[in-house]
Amino acid sequence: MIYAASPFAIGLFIAFVLSVLGISSYFAKKTQSSKGYYAAGGTIHWGVNGIAFAGDYLSAASFLGICGMIAFDGYDGFLYSIGYLAGWVVALFVVAEPLKRFGKYTFTDALDYKFGSKGIQLTAAISTLVVSLCYLVPQMVGAGDLVTPLLGFPHYVGVIMVGAIVIFIVATAGMTSTTYVQFIKGGLLIVFSTILTICVFNNGISKKPSENYHEFKALKAVAAGGAITAVEDTSYKIAGEFKDKKGQFVKLEKDGINSWWKAGEKNGAPVLEEALSLTTRADGTKLYNGEPKEARKFFQVGSASKIIVDGQEVDKTGGLGPFQFLETLESSEIVRFGKAAISDGKDKVSVFYQNPTSGKDIMRPGLKFKVDKGSDFMSKLNFVSLMIALFFGTSALPHILIRYYTVPSPKDARKSTIVAIGSIGFFYILTLFMGLGAMVSGVIDLESSNMSAPLLAKYFGTALFAIISAIAFATVLGTVSGLIVAASGAVAHDLMSNFLGIEMTDQGQVKAGKISAVVVGCIAILLGILCKGMNVSFLVGLAFAVAASANLPAIIMLLFWKKTTSKGIAASIVVGMVSALGMILLSPSTYADIYGLPATQAPIPLDNPGIISIPLSFITLVVISLVTQKQAK
Amino acid sequence: MAHGPTTQWGEDKASEYKSKLGVYLFIFYTLVYAGFIIINVVSPKLMGVKVIAGLNLAGVYGFGLILLAIVMGLIYNYLCSQKEYAVNK
Repeated sequence: MIYAASPFAIGLFIAFVLSVLGISSYFAKKTQSSKGYYAAGGTIHWGVNGIAFAGDYLSAASFLGICGMIAFDGYDGFLYSIGYLAGWVVALFVVAEPLKRFGKYTFTDALDYKFGSKGIQLTAAISTLVVSLCYLVPQMVGAGDLVTPLLGFPHYVGVIMVGAIVIFIVATAGMTSTTYVQFIKGGLLIVFSTILTICVFNNGISKKPSENYHEFKALKAVAAGGAITAVEDTSYKIAGEFKDKKGQFVKLEKDGINSWWKAGEKNGAPVLEEALSLTTRADGTKLYNGEPKEARKFFQVGSASKIIVDGQEVDKTGGLGPFQFLETLESSEIVRFGKAAISDGKDKVSVFYQNPTSGKDIMRPGLKFKVDKGSDFMSKLNFVSLMIALFFGTSALPHILIRYYTVPSPKDARKSTIVAIGSIGFFYILTLFMGLGAMVSGVIDLESSNMSAPLLAKYFGTALFAIISAIAFATVLGTVSGLIVAASGAVAHDLMSNFLGIEMTDQGQVKAGKISAVVVGCIAILLGILCKGMNVSFLVGLAFAVAASANLPAIIMLLFWKKTTSKGIAASIVVGMVSALGMILLSPSTYADIYGLPATQAPIPLDNPGIISIPLSFITLVVISLVTQKQAK
Repeated sequence: MAHGPTTQWGEDKASEYKSKLGVYLFIFYTLVYAGFIIINVVSPKLMGVKVIAGLNLAGVYGFGLILLAIVMGLIYNYLCSQKEYAVNK
């Protein structure tokens, strides 16, 4: 769809960016040592660090991706919130204090603290880089998605802007400026998400969310032999027909403009229900409902088709409390949209058709992750695998782990984790209300689920939209900064200084870190542009799977199994990383979304590798450690 | 080798206690989390059953897992702080 930039939003965005740059410049003068650059001197207060954890962790995936997934698929999106938060339990109870006790600047330091092994230094550094890049891509994609409605620029401009600002933040004051940017962003995100959620409650649920909400037409039709042969309204002419397992779709032409309709039945008579379409022509140009983007015919959607309150059907509810909101939604029927991919001659058409869905189905798992209707063994295994990866992934993310080095002691590491769990948990509860609010407020842009939360804010006024968009943009800045610090630490500290043994002065280490940050930032920009259009939460889910497979078994076994050897750790990292990445690259989702091939051709039937790659990594560590016991002695 | 923490702190005689407590709490939470996954896979319709305040089991269990993490975190911190105070005087 097309967006109009708001001067207020632009002003707010510029003010925020200037503040961030100001903070970075201020701390740059104070950050001359490697201890200051990589660990903020280890002097950050646990309360500040806890909110900075939230700022680091609540990424574009959490805010844009989860809200978007809930807006499109209901409770299934909330599963990510549950899994992401549950992962913090592992971090608190198992990882937080030991990591602070044993590490210095990077995750690799903690793994290698008693071995001094080149194998661990190399494999853990590579794993840090791979996980960081997997995580960076969705953040950059989210940045591009945001800049279009906020500033009116194309996607790639947003990616380049975020990359440039973040490179400046990290290259000036490293972890110190990153911490304060994340602290401010984390606080703002939680406060304004709360305000947005309160607006959702006050607004309630309505069949017609706004005055200009598009009313979808239904045309009476004539069918013969399973085909649509005529339309009662003679101003429409049948221009094509397509059938697949998702239904029967008809292309109609009126006044030289093509539109797509889904064939159905009403009171036993055939009807054509209006759909939205996105046509990509052979020359790459796109048509939205048969017209150029500027015609603004690709309407925002999402509304209730039936609202039940106390057993009575109503047109609107008025203000609702949190539990009433969920209860009413569960009793109602919501118009979601399905998607069918059609080849129309040389044109590729995505048809978005109305799919009225019972609130009961929306409010429990099953619309996206097949665990009930239409499920099979593999779909259930996929679900279990995803939930395992989310649970074990958090405490294995390098950019999260390095935040433990910024506080003075293990006790502070523990306390900051609890602040993080409280603030992040509260935010994740809000995601359910924001996502469902977007689902029924007529704000969904079917071209991009990631825009659901900012567009929900726009529904409540330009001011809130500008603030939420600026915060969402800041969200990306905060998380990307943390990722680039982690990646630059892996290159400069783990690889150059420790693995290669390059002698560097303290200032030389800072310089190497800054140069690494610039290089990683440039790679992130490139990947962010190339991966436009992917759902950011899906991509982060994959990053979690790699982190959980490559890093977590090594951390857990190092802490709790005395026979763990350096070779066992290095081997488990390699096996976990390669198996997780390999399975992802050969998965049905990658085949369909990345390679453009039928998902059924994928050699591995699982989308989420965790259930295989995590145990495989554990087994590798145990076997190799047992085999290398004598060498270790 | 540039290892070792960035800051220094006193000896922590409570670390073994905290580690054990952490493992017990982790196991407890993991079992509750596993219960959520198992219900979804084995008996997904159960998730639609209304439980309390008009919410179905999916809602109650989902919110419950988030709130449980917060409450267990606070309990863990309280017990750890008490132990630290007692043995690190």
